[in-house]
Amino acid sequence: MAINHLAPEQTEQFADNIVGFARALRATGMPVGPGAVIDAMNALQVIDIGSRADVFTTLESIFVMRHEHALIFKQAFNLFFRASEEWKHMLDSVPLPDGAKKKPPAASRRVQEAMSQPRMTETPQHQEQDLRLSVSDKEILQKKDFAQMSAAEIAEALRAIEMMRLPQAELRTRRHQPDPRGLRLDMRRTLRASLRTGGDIIDIHRLGRIEKPAPIVALLDISGSMSEYTRLFLHFLHAIGDARKRVSVFLFGTRLTNVTRALRQRDPDEALASCSAAVEDWAGGTRIATSLHNFNKLWARRVLSQGAIVLLISDGLEREADSKLAFEMDRLHRSCRRLIWLNPLLRFGGFEAKAQGIKMMLPHVDEFRPVHNLSSIQELITTLSRPLPPHHRSLIRPAA
Amino acid sequence: MTSATLPASVDAMLELLTSRGYLAERSLATVTYLSLRMGRPLFLEGEAGVGKTEIAKVLSAALGRKLIRLQCYEGLDVSSAVYEWNSAAQMIAIRMAEAAGDTDREQLSSDIFADRYMIKRPLLQALEPDVAGPPVLLIDELDRADEAFEAYLLEILSDFQVTIPEFGTVKAPHPPIVIITSNRTREIHDALKRRCLYHWVDYPAADRELAIVKSRVPGISAKLSQQVVRFVQALRNQDFYKSPGVAETIDWATALSELDARSLTPEVVGDTLGALLKYQDDITRMQGDTLQKVLKEATSEN
Repeated sequence: MAINHLAPEQTEQFADNIVGFARALRATGMPVGPGAVIDAMNALQVIDIGSRADVFTTLESIFVMRHEHALIFKQAFNLFFRASEEWKHMLDSVPLPDGAKKKPPAASRRVQEAMSQPRMTETPQHQEQDLRLSVSDKEILQKKDFAQMSAAEIAEALRAIEMMRLPQAELRTRRHQPDPRGLRLDMRRTLRASLRTGGDIIDIHRLGRIEKPAPIVALLDISGSMSEYTRLFLHFLHAIGDARKRVSVFLFGTRLTNVTRALRQRDPDEALASCSAAVEDWAGGTRIATSLHNFNKLWARRVLSQGAIVLLISDGLEREADSKLAFEMDRLHRSCRRLIWLNPLLRFGGFEAKAQGIKMMLPHVDEFRPVHNLSSIQELITTLSRPLPPHHRSLIRPAA
Repeated sequence: MTSATLPASVDAMLELLTSRGYLAERSLATVTYLSLRMGRPLFLEGEAGVGKTEIAKVLSAALGRKLIRLQCYEGLDVSSAVYEWNSAAQMIAIRMAEAAGDTDREQLSSDIFADRYMIKRPLLQALEPDVAGPPVLLIDELDRADEAFEAYLLEILSDFQVTIPEFGTVKAPHPPIVIITSNRTREIHDALKRRCLYHWVDYPAADRELAIVKSRVPGISAKLSQQVVRFVQALRNQDFYKSPGVAETIDWATALSELDARSLTPEVVGDTLGALLKYQDDITRMQGDTLQKVLKEATSEN
């Protein structure tokens, strides 16, 4: 992996620029490791660096690992290696990122921020402490609506949520593992064991199917009316995400944001903070139909492919409810194994599906459940641990 | 002898692909060239039908290398991807040894787990030396395999070796040319992508697509091919669940050419739309006004 072929002083400058560029990319949030920098330098030795387009493609193939980053990369590249006739010369003499901020911005805010100065990430969160120490014994806490809890009670509820664990093993995969009660014969292990006795088969080894938890995909409404619930529910998703690897989380208000990666951080508070940093329209309005449309188009095929359970957390109060909403709900319903709608409005005893949006959505869900207190979350866990029904719908069905 | 046949520049790579009828964008030729020069796997992502698999086939044909294809699916495991022991033959060998009165266990064990009782699957085959040079290994639609298999690939792709407990480690004398494709039905882990050169294969621009249609559907008239390409490009701007890829464009052009169509008319388009759009919802949306609009766009100024 050594870098060769270049004159020493040239290499140094050249290396400085690539390292500087990698740092700039890293500052935009792209995962660029030191290995990639070495790769980039090696790759630039084998192509003709006189061609800007070729250098662009080369660096892109090494630094960009997901399609979403392609746009950021392009802007960063254009800003860093400014277009010029003497472009080859530029590769050897561009200033390090500090100089970039004076230039007219032809790039997104994200790249500019990253290039100019480190972003402030620490936003100290003061949580109001309720000093009256409400004597909430377990029983009351279980039934209390999240929206009416005091700060201390919320803290207590959070602790309870962190203790929640989802049971494993619901989905039978097509892979096998040693299992004494399995149905398939494990010839390889049987033969190996038989050799120990000189060829007599004494023990028959068997294989059984590996079982693993079904992936969970959560779509959370973060409009103003839902804010009390989404925060606690995010805690819940964070807690179960520890135990099961495949939990994808999307937040939607007026637009859809994928916060799966942000939520993977170990510390729940940090994870939630980076979630809210990722979302631009926290506690704004809702556009359920548009958000579902975007989910169906951009993400459904990527996250629902392996028999996922979808949790839709929303109050269903959509102002512009029309046939589009029903269409998108239907599509979502057909592409997942089970669609569970969690609606905090169900906490009201005499709840009736009167709102237009709710009427549109209801026919397309498998289950409709409340999600406003600890005991309803506990019940959700029980539901999720029940054995799954087999695939009963195919993805493609003629539209009605 | 192997590296002598490899193209020596991006232009040469582009020429090589073109000579085999693959009209690639320059960026794709660049990453392909890099992956050959650096000996790194090439990870191609993009919508279905943009020519990801095709490039492996073209490379193997152009370089005269063997093409080894591993089609991924859910549940793909070591015994169907790497190797399996031929247990029936092993059993017979054991019985024979018994009948002959051989009782040396060590000897028996090393006889049984020998090369000739091993059934080699694509990944192991790709590590074996070949007279024509290292083969082209196509790992197709990796997103369909489970994560466990992906993790297994890590060892193979970084060191080009496989460890078989009864047998030892098999290492490739020369690493194969590896092309991995994914349709993004699931995200592939970064650890795997890091070992590869990544490239997103996009839909081609209009002029390139026109050239592709002309080279793949030889009998087609200039007017029809132009209309076909304009129509497809206009479709990609619509908000469809699944936009047509290049493969669909070629299919459609072939279909129209078979039907002796001279130019696009509402009837002929309506009859053959199934070659382009694969979802009933999308086809329904194309009826009526949208069809008229797109058709007008495609057939104007001719």
